[in-house]
Amino acid sequence: MEYNWNWGIFLESSPDGTGSYLYTLFLGARWTLAASLTAWTAALLMGIIVGTITTFPRRLWSALGNAYIEFFRNIPLLVQMFLWFFVVPEILPESIGAWMKRMPNSSFWTAVIALSFFTSTRVAVQFRAGILSQARGQMMAAQALGMNLTQTYGHVLLPMAFRIVLPPLTSEFMNTLKNSSVAMTVGLMELTAQTRAMQEFSFQVFEAFTVSTLIYLIINLLIVLGMRQIERGLAVPGFSIERDPEARMREGG
Amino acid sequence: MFGNFDFQAILRAWPTLVFEGLAFTLEVTFLAMIGGTLIGTLLAMMRLSSIKLLSRFAGTYVNLLRAVPLVMVIFWFYFMAPYIGAWLIGADRPVRVGAFASALVTFVLFEACYYCEIMRAGIRSIPAGQANAGYALGFSYWQVMGLVILPQAFRNMLPVLLTQTIVLFQDVSLVYIISLPDFVTIATKIAQRDNRLVEMYLFVAVVYFVLCLALSYVVRRLRARLAIIR
Repeated sequence: MEYNWNWGIFLESSPDGTGSYLYTLFLGARWTLAASLTAWTAALLMGIIVGTITTFPRRLWSALGNAYIEFFRNIPLLVQMFLWFFVVPEILPESIGAWMKRMPNSSFWTAVIALSFFTSTRVAVQFRAGILSQARGQMMAAQALGMNLTQTYGHVLLPMAFRIVLPPLTSEFMNTLKNSSVAMTVGLMELTAQTRAMQEFSFQVFEAFTVSTLIYLIINLLIVLGMRQIERGLAVPGFSIERDPEARMREGG
Repeated sequence: MFGNFDFQAILRAWPTLVFEGLAFTLEVTFLAMIGGTLIGTLLAMMRLSSIKLLSRFAGTYVNLLRAVPLVMVIFWFYFMAPYIGAWLIGADRPVRVGAFASALVTFVLFEACYYCEIMRAGIRSIPAGQANAGYALGFSYWQVMGLVILPQAFRNMLPVLLTQTIVLFQDVSLVYIISLPDFVTIATKIAQRDNRLVEMYLFVAVVYFVLCLALSYVVRRLRARLAIIR
Protein backbone atom coordinates (compact mmCIF):
# COMPACT_ATOMS: atom_id res chain seq x y z
CA MET A 1 0.00 0.00 0.00
CA GLU A 2 1.51 3.19 -1.21
CA TYR A 3 0.33 6.72 -0.85
CA ASN A 4 2.38 9.56 -2.24
CA TRP A 5 2.34 12.42 0.20
CA ASN A 6 2.77 15.79 -1.40
CA TRP A 7 2.22 18.73 0.93
CA GLY A 8 3.53 21.13 -1.68
CA ILE A 9 0.27 20.64 -3.54
CA PHE A 10 -1.34 23.51 -1.62
CA LEU A 11 0.88 26.05 -3.35
CA GLU A 12 0.13 24.75 -6.83
CA SER A 13 -2.57 26.56 -8.74
CA SER A 14 -5.99 24.97 -8.87
CA PRO A 15 -7.74 24.36 -12.22
CA ASP A 16 -10.62 26.72 -11.41
CA GLY A 17 -8.20 29.59 -11.99
CA THR A 18 -8.75 31.46 -8.73
CA GLY A 19 -5.28 30.81 -7.32
CA SER A 20 -3.53 28.15 -5.31
CA TYR A 21 -5.31 25.19 -3.75
CA LEU A 22 -4.81 26.75 -0.35
CA TYR A 23 -6.62 29.83 -1.58
CA THR A 24 -9.59 27.78 -2.84
CA LEU A 25 -9.87 26.20 0.61
CA PHE A 26 -9.79 29.69 2.08
CA LEU A 27 -12.64 30.71 -0.24
CA GLY A 28 -14.53 27.64 0.94
CA ALA A 29 -13.96 28.53 4.57
CA ARG A 30 -15.34 32.00 3.83
CA TRP A 31 -18.60 30.53 2.49
CA THR A 32 -18.76 28.19 5.47
CA LEU A 33 -18.40 31.13 7.84
CA ALA A 34 -20.88 33.28 5.93
CA ALA A 35 -23.51 30.53 5.83
CA SER A 36 -23.14 29.47 9.44
CA LEU A 37 -23.00 32.99 10.87
CA THR A 38 -26.07 34.13 8.91
CA ALA A 39 -27.99 30.98 9.76
CA TRP A 40 -26.95 31.18 13.40
CA THR A 41 -28.16 34.77 13.76
CA ALA A 42 -31.49 33.94 12.16
CA ALA A 43 -31.86 30.72 14.15
CA LEU A 44 -31.15 32.55 17.39
CA LEU A 45 -33.89 35.12 16.72
CA MET A 46 -36.42 32.54 15.54
CA GLY A 47 -35.53 30.11 18.30
CA ILE A 48 -35.88 32.68 21.05
CA ILE A 49 -39.30 33.75 19.76
CA VAL A 50 -40.58 30.18 19.32
CA GLY A 51 -39.08 28.99 22.61
CA THR A 52 -40.68 31.87 24.50
CA ILE A 53 -44.04 31.30 22.84
CA THR A 54 -44.10 27.64 23.92
CA THR A 55 -43.96 28.70 27.58
CA PHE A 56 -46.91 31.10 27.36
CA PRO A 57 -49.82 30.20 29.63
CA ARG A 58 -52.24 30.30 26.68
CA ARG A 59 -52.70 26.82 25.16
CA LEU A 60 -52.95 27.99 21.57
CA TRP A 61 -49.55 29.67 21.59
CA SER A 62 -47.70 26.75 23.12
CA ALA A 63 -49.39 24.35 20.69
CA LEU A 64 -48.29 26.48 17.74
CA GLY A 65 -44.74 26.68 19.02
CA ASN A 66 -44.56 22.96 19.64
CA ALA A 67 -45.94 22.18 16.18
CA TYR A 68 -43.18 24.35 14.67
CA ILE A 69 -40.53 22.56 16.71
CA GLU A 70 -41.79 19.08 15.84
CA PHE A 71 -42.08 19.92 12.15
CA PHE A 72 -38.57 21.23 11.62
CA ARG A 73 -36.91 18.83 14.02
CA ASN A 74 -38.21 15.56 12.65
CA ILE A 75 -37.01 15.87 9.06
CA PRO A 76 -33.28 15.35 8.35
CA LEU A 77 -31.40 18.53 7.46
CA LEU A 78 -30.37 17.06 4.10
CA VAL A 79 -34.00 16.42 3.17
CA GLN A 80 -34.98 19.91 4.35
CA MET A 81 -32.32 21.40 2.08
CA PHE A 82 -33.69 19.42 -0.85
CA LEU A 83 -37.20 20.56 0.00
CA TRP A 84 -36.17 24.23 -0.02
CA PHE A 85 -34.02 23.84 -3.11
CA PHE A 86 -36.02 21.53 -5.36
CA VAL A 87 -39.57 21.41 -4.03
CA VAL A 88 -40.48 24.87 -2.73
CA PRO A 89 -39.78 26.72 -6.02
CA GLU A 90 -42.01 24.20 -7.83
CA ILE A 91 -45.03 24.37 -5.57
CA LEU A 92 -45.00 28.16 -5.20
CA PRO A 93 -46.77 30.23 -7.87
CA GLU A 94 -44.76 30.10 -11.06
CA SER A 95 -43.46 33.67 -11.04
CA ILE A 96 -42.08 33.43 -7.49
CA GLY A 97 -40.64 29.97 -8.17
CA ALA A 98 -38.84 31.20 -11.27
CA TRP A 99 -37.48 34.19 -9.35
CA MET A 100 -36.18 31.86 -6.62
CA LYS A 101 -34.40 29.71 -9.16
CA ARG A 102 -32.80 32.66 -10.92
CA MET A 103 -31.76 34.41 -7.72
CA PRO A 104 -27.98 34.98 -7.49
CA ASN A 105 -26.34 32.66 -4.94
CA SER A 106 -29.54 30.65 -4.69
CA SER A 107 -27.72 27.68 -3.16
CA PHE A 108 -26.32 29.94 -0.45
CA TRP A 109 -29.72 31.33 0.49
CA THR A 110 -31.36 27.90 0.33
CA ALA A 111 -28.73 26.52 2.66
CA VAL A 112 -29.10 29.46 5.04
CA ILE A 113 -32.90 29.15 5.16
CA ALA A 114 -32.82 25.39 5.72
CA LEU A 115 -30.08 25.67 8.33
CA SER A 116 -31.89 28.50 10.15
CA PHE A 117 -35.16 26.65 10.47
CA PHE A 118 -33.43 23.41 11.49
CA THR A 119 -31.23 25.11 14.10
CA SER A 120 -34.01 27.36 15.41
CA THR A 121 -35.91 24.35 16.76
CA ARG A 122 -32.91 23.36 18.82
CA VAL A 123 -32.43 26.91 20.11
CA ALA A 124 -36.15 27.01 20.92
CA VAL A 125 -35.97 23.79 22.95
CA GLN A 126 -32.98 25.12 24.90
CA PHE A 127 -34.71 28.40 25.51
CA ARG A 128 -37.93 26.79 26.66
CA ALA A 129 -35.91 24.69 29.11
CA GLY A 130 -34.08 27.82 30.23
CA ILE A 131 -37.35 29.57 31.04
CA LEU A 132 -39.02 26.57 32.62
CA SER A 133 -36.00 25.68 34.76
CA GLN A 134 -36.38 28.89 36.72
CA ALA A 135 -38.17 28.70 40.05
CA ARG A 136 -41.90 29.26 39.78
CA GLY A 137 -41.55 31.92 42.44
CA GLN A 138 -39.83 34.19 39.90
CA MET A 139 -42.96 34.46 37.80
CA MET A 140 -45.19 34.74 40.88
CA ALA A 141 -43.03 37.43 42.44
CA ALA A 142 -43.07 39.42 39.22
CA GLN A 143 -46.84 39.20 39.02
CA ALA A 144 -47.21 40.04 42.68
CA LEU A 145 -45.30 43.23 41.90
CA GLY A 146 -48.00 44.02 39.37
CA MET A 147 -46.03 43.25 36.20
CA ASN A 148 -47.98 42.09 33.20
CA LEU A 149 -46.92 39.14 31.05
CA THR A 150 -44.69 41.22 28.74
CA GLN A 151 -42.90 42.80 31.67
CA THR A 152 -42.54 39.47 33.48
CA TYR A 153 -40.84 37.97 30.46
CA GLY A 154 -38.84 41.04 29.50
CA HIS A 155 -37.49 41.97 32.92
CA VAL A 156 -37.45 38.68 34.84
CA LEU A 157 -37.62 35.44 32.89
CA LEU A 158 -35.79 36.16 29.63
CA PRO A 159 -32.66 37.87 31.04
CA MET A 160 -32.10 34.88 33.30
CA ALA A 161 -32.97 32.35 30.59
CA PHE A 162 -30.32 33.89 28.37
CA ARG A 163 -27.62 33.19 30.91
CA ILE A 164 -28.87 29.68 31.59
CA VAL A 165 -28.84 28.67 27.93
CA LEU A 166 -25.47 30.19 27.02
CA PRO A 167 -23.39 27.03 27.56
CA PRO A 168 -25.71 24.75 25.56
CA LEU A 169 -25.98 27.47 22.91
CA THR A 170 -22.23 27.25 22.42
CA SER A 171 -22.56 23.68 21.29
CA GLU A 172 -25.51 24.62 19.07
CA PHE A 173 -23.34 27.27 17.45
CA MET A 174 -20.73 24.61 16.77
CA ASN A 175 -23.45 22.33 15.41
CA THR A 176 -24.48 25.08 13.00
CA LEU A 177 -20.92 25.35 11.75
CA LYS A 178 -20.69 21.60 11.28
CA ASN A 179 -24.13 21.31 9.71
CA SER A 180 -23.26 23.98 7.17
CA SER A 181 -21.21 21.31 5.40
CA VAL A 182 -24.50 19.69 4.31
CA ALA A 183 -24.93 22.73 2.04
CA MET A 184 -22.50 21.11 -0.41
CA THR A 185 -25.39 18.87 -1.50
CA VAL A 186 -27.25 21.86 -2.94
CA GLY A 187 -24.11 23.13 -4.65
CA LEU A 188 -22.66 25.66 -2.23
CA MET A 189 -18.87 25.67 -2.60
CA GLU A 190 -18.18 25.77 1.12
CA LEU A 191 -15.17 24.25 2.83
CA THR A 192 -16.12 20.58 2.50
CA ALA A 193 -17.14 20.99 -1.12
CA GLN A 194 -13.89 22.79 -1.95
CA THR A 195 -11.94 20.04 -0.22
CA ARG A 196 -13.76 17.45 -2.28
CA ALA A 197 -13.06 19.43 -5.45
CA MET A 198 -9.38 19.73 -4.57
CA GLN A 199 -9.22 15.99 -3.95
CA GLU A 200 -10.80 15.29 -7.30
CA PHE A 201 -8.44 17.56 -9.24
CA SER A 202 -5.21 16.86 -7.42
CA PHE A 203 -5.70 13.27 -6.19
CA GLN A 204 -4.09 14.33 -2.88
CA VAL A 205 -6.98 13.07 -0.72
CA PHE A 206 -5.43 13.09 2.69
CA GLU A 207 -3.59 16.41 2.43
CA ALA A 208 -6.81 18.14 1.41
CA PHE A 209 -8.90 16.58 4.16
CA THR A 210 -6.24 17.08 6.83
CA VAL A 211 -6.02 20.80 6.17
CA SER A 212 -9.76 21.38 6.01
CA THR A 213 -10.30 19.33 9.17
CA LEU A 214 -7.75 21.59 10.85
CA ILE A 215 -9.62 24.65 9.61
CA TYR A 216 -12.86 23.32 11.11
CA LEU A 217 -11.08 22.63 14.40
CA ILE A 218 -9.64 26.15 14.51
CA ILE A 219 -13.03 27.77 13.83
CA ASN A 220 -14.56 25.56 16.53
CA LEU A 221 -11.91 26.64 18.99
CA LEU A 222 -12.56 30.31 18.21
CA ILE A 223 -16.28 29.80 18.84
CA VAL A 224 -15.65 28.12 22.19
CA LEU A 225 -13.24 30.85 23.31
CA GLY A 226 -15.54 33.62 22.12
CA MET A 227 -18.61 32.18 23.81
CA ARG A 228 -16.65 31.69 27.03
CA GLN A 229 -15.78 35.38 26.98
CA ILE A 230 -19.45 36.27 26.54
CA GLU A 231 -20.44 33.91 29.36
CA ARG A 232 -17.92 35.49 31.68
CA GLY A 233 -19.04 38.97 30.75
CA LEU A 234 -22.69 38.23 31.41
CA ALA A 235 -22.29 36.14 34.55
CA VAL A 236 -24.50 37.11 37.50
CA PRO A 237 -22.56 36.96 40.79
CA GLY A 238 -23.77 34.16 43.05
CA PHE A 239 -25.79 32.47 40.33
CA SER A 240 -24.48 29.23 38.94
CA ILE A 241 -26.15 26.74 36.72
CA GLU A 242 -26.56 23.36 38.36
CA ARG A 243 -28.98 21.01 36.74
CA ASP A 244 -29.34 17.26 36.69
CA PRO A 245 -27.16 15.58 34.06
CA GLU A 246 -30.03 13.95 32.22
CA ALA A 247 -31.72 17.28 31.59
CA ARG A 248 -28.48 18.69 30.29
CA MET A 249 -27.89 15.76 27.93
CA ARG A 250 -31.51 15.79 26.80
CA GLU A 251 -31.12 19.34 25.63
CA GLY A 252 -28.03 18.36 23.74
CA GLY A 253 -25.42 20.20 25.83
CA MET B 1 -48.57 24.65 -8.02
CA PHE B 2 -49.81 21.18 -7.16
CA GLY B 3 -51.50 21.04 -10.58
CA ASN B 4 -49.18 18.41 -12.02
CA PHE B 5 -48.55 16.56 -8.77
CA ASP B 6 -48.41 12.91 -9.82
CA PHE B 7 -49.57 10.60 -7.08
CA GLN B 8 -49.03 7.64 -9.38
CA ALA B 9 -45.29 8.32 -9.33
CA ILE B 10 -45.23 7.69 -5.58
CA LEU B 11 -47.46 4.62 -5.88
CA ARG B 12 -45.10 3.19 -8.50
CA ALA B 13 -41.91 3.93 -6.60
CA TRP B 14 -42.73 3.31 -2.96
CA PRO B 15 -41.91 -0.44 -2.81
CA THR B 16 -38.37 0.21 -4.08
CA LEU B 17 -37.99 3.24 -1.82
CA VAL B 18 -39.15 1.48 1.32
CA PHE B 19 -37.84 -2.06 0.88
CA GLU B 20 -34.45 -1.05 -0.50
CA GLY B 21 -33.74 2.51 0.61
CA LEU B 22 -35.50 2.75 3.94
CA ALA B 23 -34.48 -0.81 4.80
CA PHE B 24 -30.82 0.12 4.26
CA THR B 25 -31.20 3.24 6.40
CA LEU B 26 -32.94 1.36 9.20
CA GLU B 27 -30.40 -1.46 9.14
CA VAL B 28 -27.46 0.94 9.41
CA THR B 29 -29.28 2.88 12.15
CA PHE B 30 -30.03 -0.22 14.18
CA LEU B 31 -26.58 -1.77 13.94
CA ALA B 32 -24.83 1.56 14.51
CA MET B 33 -26.98 2.13 17.59
CA ILE B 34 -25.91 -1.18 19.11
CA GLY B 35 -22.26 -0.86 18.12
CA GLY B 36 -22.16 2.82 19.05
CA THR B 37 -23.65 2.21 22.49
CA LEU B 38 -21.17 -0.59 23.19
CA ILE B 39 -18.10 1.34 22.10
CA GLY B 40 -19.52 4.53 23.58
CA THR B 41 -19.89 2.88 26.98
CA LEU B 42 -16.31 1.61 26.81
CA LEU B 43 -15.13 5.09 25.84
CA ALA B 44 -17.07 6.59 28.76
CA MET B 45 -15.45 4.13 31.15
CA MET B 46 -12.06 5.07 29.70
CA ARG B 47 -12.78 8.78 30.03
CA LEU B 48 -13.67 8.33 33.69
CA SER B 49 -10.77 5.98 34.31
CA SER B 50 -8.03 6.90 36.77
CA ILE B 51 -5.43 5.72 34.25
CA LYS B 52 -4.30 8.99 32.66
CA LEU B 53 -3.38 7.49 29.32
CA LEU B 54 -6.79 5.88 28.80
CA SER B 55 -8.79 8.92 29.79
CA ARG B 56 -6.66 11.20 27.68
CA PHE B 57 -6.94 8.94 24.65
CA ALA B 58 -10.72 8.65 24.96
CA GLY B 59 -11.09 12.37 25.62
CA THR B 60 -9.07 13.33 22.57
CA TYR B 61 -10.91 10.88 20.34
CA VAL B 62 -14.34 12.00 21.46
CA ASN B 63 -13.61 15.73 21.34
CA LEU B 64 -11.92 15.48 17.97
CA LEU B 65 -14.74 13.62 16.26
CA ARG B 66 -17.35 15.84 17.85
CA ALA B 67 -15.67 18.95 16.50
CA VAL B 68 -15.62 17.78 12.88
CA PRO B 69 -18.70 17.77 10.60
CA LEU B 70 -20.20 14.35 9.99
CA VAL B 71 -19.94 14.95 6.23
CA MET B 72 -16.20 15.33 6.69
CA VAL B 73 -15.97 12.17 8.82
CA ILE B 74 -17.89 10.19 6.21
CA PHE B 75 -15.42 11.32 3.55
CA TRP B 76 -12.44 10.49 5.77
CA PHE B 77 -13.61 6.93 6.34
CA TYR B 78 -14.65 6.54 2.73
CA PHE B 79 -11.19 7.44 1.46
CA MET B 80 -9.26 5.80 4.26
CA ALA B 81 -11.12 2.47 4.28
CA PRO B 82 -9.33 0.99 1.23
CA TYR B 83 -5.93 1.79 2.77
CA ILE B 84 -6.85 0.45 6.21
CA GLY B 85 -8.32 -2.65 4.56
CA ALA B 86 -5.10 -3.21 2.64
CA TRP B 87 -3.08 -2.75 5.80
CA LEU B 88 -5.23 -5.23 7.70
CA ILE B 89 -4.91 -8.05 5.18
CA GLY B 90 -1.38 -7.10 4.16
CA ALA B 91 -2.23 -6.33 0.56
CA ASP B 92 0.09 -4.02 -1.35
CA ARG B 93 -2.72 -2.13 -3.09
CA PRO B 94 -5.81 -0.41 -1.67
CA VAL B 95 -8.72 -2.86 -1.45
CA ARG B 96 -12.38 -2.34 -2.25
CA VAL B 97 -14.56 -1.98 0.83
CA GLY B 98 -18.27 -2.65 0.55
CA ALA B 99 -20.67 0.29 0.82
CA PHE B 100 -22.61 -1.18 3.71
CA ALA B 101 -19.51 -2.05 5.73
CA SER B 102 -17.90 1.37 5.31
CA ALA B 103 -21.11 3.18 6.25
CA LEU B 104 -21.56 0.98 9.29
CA VAL B 105 -18.01 1.44 10.54
CA THR B 106 -18.27 5.20 10.05
CA PHE B 107 -21.48 5.53 12.00
CA VAL B 108 -20.45 3.17 14.80
CA LEU B 109 -17.20 5.06 15.38
CA PHE B 110 -18.79 8.49 14.98
CA GLU B 111 -21.92 7.96 17.06
CA ALA B 112 -19.87 6.21 19.76
CA CYS B 113 -18.59 9.68 20.68
CA TYR B 114 -22.09 10.97 21.31
CA TYR B 115 -23.20 7.82 23.12
CA CYS B 116 -20.00 8.12 25.17
CA GLU B 117 -20.94 11.59 26.42
CA ILE B 118 -24.42 10.34 27.33
CA MET B 119 -23.11 7.29 29.19
CA ARG B 120 -20.51 9.43 30.94
CA ALA B 121 -23.26 11.67 32.28
CA GLY B 122 -25.19 8.53 33.21
CA ILE B 123 -22.30 6.97 35.12
CA ARG B 124 -21.60 10.23 36.92
CA SER B 125 -25.24 10.52 37.94
CA ILE B 126 -24.88 7.38 40.09
CA PRO B 127 -23.78 8.37 43.62
CA ALA B 128 -20.19 7.42 44.42
CA GLY B 129 -21.43 5.53 47.47
CA GLN B 130 -22.82 2.86 45.16
CA ALA B 131 -19.40 2.08 43.72
CA ASN B 132 -17.79 2.28 47.15
CA ALA B 133 -20.37 -0.14 48.55
CA GLY B 134 -19.59 -2.51 45.70
CA TYR B 135 -15.85 -2.34 46.38
CA ALA B 136 -16.51 -2.84 50.11
CA LEU B 137 -18.30 -6.08 49.25
CA GLY B 138 -15.16 -7.22 47.49
CA PHE B 139 -16.34 -6.62 43.91
CA SER B 140 -13.75 -6.06 41.21
CA TYR B 141 -13.89 -3.01 38.89
CA TRP B 142 -15.73 -4.99 36.21
CA GLN B 143 -18.21 -6.37 38.71
CA VAL B 144 -18.93 -2.91 40.13
CA MET B 145 -19.39 -1.53 36.63
CA GLY B 146 -21.31 -4.46 35.19
CA LEU B 147 -23.55 -5.27 38.15
CA VAL B 148 -24.03 -1.95 39.92
CA ILE B 149 -23.22 1.19 37.95
CA LEU B 150 -23.90 0.45 34.29
CA PRO B 151 -27.35 -1.13 34.68
CA GLN B 152 -28.56 1.95 36.55
CA ALA B 153 -26.74 4.41 34.31
CA PHE B 154 -28.15 2.72 31.25
CA ARG B 155 -31.64 2.76 32.64
CA ASN B 156 -31.48 6.43 33.62
CA MET B 157 -30.10 7.39 30.24
CA LEU B 158 -32.35 5.22 28.10
CA PRO B 159 -34.53 8.13 26.94
CA VAL B 160 -31.48 10.20 25.99
CA LEU B 161 -29.86 7.25 24.23
CA LEU B 162 -33.01 6.79 22.18
CA THR B 163 -33.18 10.50 21.38
CA GLN B 164 -29.63 10.23 20.09
CA THR B 165 -30.76 7.28 17.99
CA ILE B 166 -33.37 9.51 16.34
CA VAL B 167 -30.54 11.91 15.49
CA LEU B 168 -28.54 8.98 14.15
CA PHE B 169 -31.48 7.85 12.03
CA GLN B 170 -31.59 11.32 10.46
CA ASP B 171 -27.81 11.46 10.11
CA VAL B 172 -27.69 8.26 8.08
CA SER B 173 -29.28 10.26 5.23
CA LEU B 174 -25.88 11.94 4.79
CA VAL B 175 -24.42 8.82 3.15
CA TYR B 176 -26.08 10.41 0.12
CA ILE B 177 -22.80 12.28 -0.42
CA ILE B 178 -20.96 9.04 -1.16
CA SER B 179 -23.96 7.61 -3.08
CA LEU B 180 -24.67 4.68 -0.80
CA PRO B 181 -28.12 3.23 -1.55
CA ASP B 182 -29.99 4.73 1.40
CA PHE B 183 -33.51 6.17 1.43
CA VAL B 184 -32.54 9.63 0.13
CA THR B 185 -30.10 8.37 -2.52
CA ILE B 186 -32.61 5.93 -4.01
CA ALA B 187 -35.32 8.60 -3.92
CA THR B 188 -32.98 10.96 -5.77
CA LYS B 189 -32.20 8.34 -8.40
CA ILE B 190 -35.88 7.62 -9.04
CA ALA B 191 -36.68 11.34 -8.95
CA GLN B 192 -34.11 12.08 -11.63
CA ARG B 193 -35.11 9.09 -13.76
CA ASP B 194 -38.83 9.93 -13.73
CA ASN B 195 -38.31 13.69 -13.44
CA ARG B 196 -40.46 13.68 -10.30
CA LEU B 197 -38.37 15.60 -7.75
CA VAL B 198 -41.33 17.18 -5.94
CA GLU B 199 -43.21 13.91 -5.38
CA MET B 200 -40.17 11.90 -4.28
CA TYR B 201 -38.73 14.44 -1.86
CA LEU B 202 -42.12 15.17 -0.31
CA PHE B 203 -42.66 11.44 0.18
CA VAL B 204 -39.23 11.06 1.79
CA ALA B 205 -39.88 14.04 4.08
CA VAL B 206 -43.27 12.68 5.17
CA VAL B 207 -41.87 9.22 5.93
CA TYR B 208 -38.99 10.65 7.97
CA PHE B 209 -41.35 13.00 9.78
CA VAL B 210 -43.82 10.28 10.74
CA LEU B 211 -41.13 7.84 11.89
CA CYS B 212 -39.21 10.41 13.94
CA LEU B 213 -42.38 11.80 15.49
CA ALA B 214 -43.52 8.30 16.46
CA LEU B 215 -40.12 7.49 17.96
CA SER B 216 -39.98 10.73 19.94
CA TYR B 217 -43.48 9.98 21.25
CA VAL B 218 -42.22 6.59 22.47
CA VAL B 219 -39.26 8.30 24.11
CA ARG B 220 -41.56 10.75 25.90
CA ARG B 221 -43.75 7.92 27.21
CA LEU B 222 -40.68 6.02 28.36
CA ARG B 223 -39.30 9.08 30.12
CA ALA B 224 -42.55 9.55 32.00
CA ARG B 225 -42.56 5.92 33.10
CA LEU B 226 -38.93 5.92 34.23
CA ALA B 227 -39.40 9.20 36.06
CA ILE B 228 -42.19 7.83 38.25
CA ILE B 229 -40.33 4.73 39.34
CA ARG B 230 -37.05 6.48 40.04
